Amino acid sequence: MKILVPVKRVIDPYVNIRVKSDQTGVETDNVKMSMNPFCEIAIEEAIRLKEAGKAEEIIAISIGNQQCQETIRTALAMGADRGIHVLTDEILEPLALAKVLAKIYEEEKPGLVIMGKQAIDGDNNQTGQMFAALTDLAQGTFASKIDIEGDMAVVTREVDGGLQTIKINMPAVITTDLRLNEPRYASLPNIMKAKKKSIEQKSPADYGVDIAPRLKVLKVMEPPKRQAGIKVESVSELVDKLKNEAGVI
Amino acid sequence: MNFQLSEEQEMLINSVQAFVKKELLPHEDEVDRQDNVSPELASDIRQKAIKAGLYAFNMPIESGGPGLDFISQALIERELSKCSWALHVNVARPSKILMACKGKQIEEYLKPCVAGNKIDCFALTEPGSGSDANAMNTKASKDGDDFILNGSKHFISHAGYADFAIVFAVTGTYEHKGRSRNEVTAFLVDSNSAGLTIRRGPNCTSNRGYHTFELFFDDCRVSSQKVLGETGKGWDVANDWLTAGRVMVAANCVGQAQRALDASLSWSANRKQFGKSIGMNQGISFKLADMATEIRAADLLTLYAAEKMDLGSLSDADAGMAKLFASEVLGRAVDEAVQIYGGMGLMDQIPIERMWRNARIERIWEGTSEIQRHIISRELLAPYQN
Ligand SMILES: Cc1cc2nc3c(=O)[nH]c(=O)nc-3n(C[C@H](O)[C@H](O)[C@H](O)COP(=O)(O)OP(=O)(O)OC[C@H]3O[C@@H](n4cnc5c(N)ncnc54)[C@H](O)[C@@H]3O)c2cc1C
Repeated sequence: MKILVPVKRVIDPYVNIRVKSDQTGVETDNVKMSMNPFCEIAIEEAIRLKEAGKAEEIIAISIGNQQCQETIRTALAMGADRGIHVLTDEILEPLALAKVLAKIYEEEKPGLVIMGKQAIDGDNNQTGQMFAALTDLAQGTFASKIDIEGDMAVVTREVDGGLQTIKINMPAVITTDLRLNEPRYASLPNIMKAKKKSIEQKSPADYGVDIAPRLKVLKVMEPPKRQAGIKVESVSELVDKLKNEAGVI
Repeated sequence: MNFQLSEEQEMLINSVQAFVKKELLPHEDEVDRQDNVSPELASDIRQKAIKAGLYAFNMPIESGGPGLDFISQALIERELSKCSWALHVNVARPSKILMACKGKQIEEYLKPCVAGNKIDCFALTEPGSGSDANAMNTKASKDGDDFILNGSKHFISHAGYADFAIVFAVTGTYEHKGRSRNEVTAFLVDSNSAGLTIRRGPNCTSNRGYHTFELFFDDCRVSSQKVLGETGKGWDVANDWLTAGRVMVAANCVGQAQRALDASLSWSANRKQFGKSIGMNQGISFKLADMATEIRAADLLTLYAAEKMDLGSLSDADAGMAKLFASEVLGRAVDEAVQIYGGMGLMDQIPIERMWRNARIERIWEGTSEIQRHIISRELLAPYQN
């Protein structure tokens, strides 16, 4: 079985996000970039399936600018077998990504597509679901556990109020939640081996997909600064403020 | 000149950072407080380092290591040093001097050290001979096919946990510019050898949990099979690698200084006095600027020396300059970090006072700052001597 894993390049989760002074987006110049943490979890899960003898090949895909190659290379150093880089400098919306991925899916015919439930930049949480709709695949979203049983995948999902376990036909798309696994760091020998693995370069046009944004960003702003709290003297003062100042009761 | 790191080097940095954050840093507080690394923790770190391929990352392919270039090695050192020596020493870098192993020594000492089955230590310093290492008193006298060692060593790092020591001892004398000088031989001496006693040394301010030991040789019999390199050529095996080792110490200092700077930046931004962040005052922000500038310079000096190692053209002064400058920059950086943190900088609740203590050793071991200046100036003046 082949596993496709899309990986997104995002601002490193430990970096302070700053809004550009012209309010067109966030500052990415001289900012450390990393693989989206949910995508790391997806790669890790694919590698574990391969190590357990349930998969033969892992293909890491990234869609975006030239530097996305580095993100693919990181996936290869973790243990993916080869990469596909779809080069574009366009701003990418979930539907555009899902369409490109659907075309790659048709070409590669994998048994599983494992991807992050969302990327920590846009927090959209849409690409996996849109991809499932376009390809008509079964989907197991927000996975915290994955088991393969023959040609079925048993997916434990993190849903409001608890865990839900579903059994879905493969090929399927599974999106990862935080508790699925703890991703490994690339070992030194694997970093050295990654250099020799291939990354195929493509463009959205190769797949005949129009990726032009459908939405227009008007303005990006910082969230309002939180005011410091105050201490109230008594319960009645608290109730009074909640009623008359905050208007919540 | 190309200052761009390769993709592999960037990935290596990321992996080592993840390793430090996940496997080492969580233990730093306790190890420092208890002045001890439990054997279980040490072995656990060793196993994880082996799995990550970082164990013995300084060794060439022919001895079972990864064969990394020196720049990559320096980058790994830089990241590992963002945690105390007591912990990252378990990501072992066997002494490169072991590359002089030959015949059976390779299987018995070199390879097990690279594989993580044996631990070496380096025993040169004596109570009477520190900087003036050649003035050592430990003697090895020939007895048939063996040598008999007598004397003592001190300040020997982790000797109590090592399987063997690389011991330097006097095997003769020769005339040099009208003075008698010691002829020194290096030996591989198993820790359990009869006639060798190993005792824990005094407690050290820097790197709690990383201990030094005293070695006493009392008619300790060592076979001539255990001579490392050639008899009387101890300095020949040691010198090249001691010089190269200094570049790695420099990289270590840079990493520690970067850690102090990172902590200082976030404290300066978050600590408020007089209604604003303390970093808004030039009195603090200029300190940050100076720290960052000096650390950059130390980093470049170190990577320059590492690059020259890769090119095979490292001089003693290149290594000396990197070690001297990086260790002194570190000293200033941690001192300023304490100042920026104010009283909190001296409290053991946060790692600043620890970084300050740990930094102090770097100007002393692997050749003091004064000795580095001696080495550098000797090379500078060499062309003027006749
Ligand atoms: C924690 C720790 C771990 C160590 N680990 C090891 C180890 O594993 N193996 C090992 O062999 N050694 C080890 N050492 C020893 C270390 O390398 C020596 O401490 C160092 O070389 C300095 O020697 P010394 O302490 O005897 O100082 P000294 O040589 O006595 O120097 C005292 C002072 O005099 C200065 N000085 C000396 N000569 C000159 C000169 N010609 N010109 C100007 N100034 C001079 C020095 O710079 C220094 O400031 C360790 C030391 C420590 C503290």
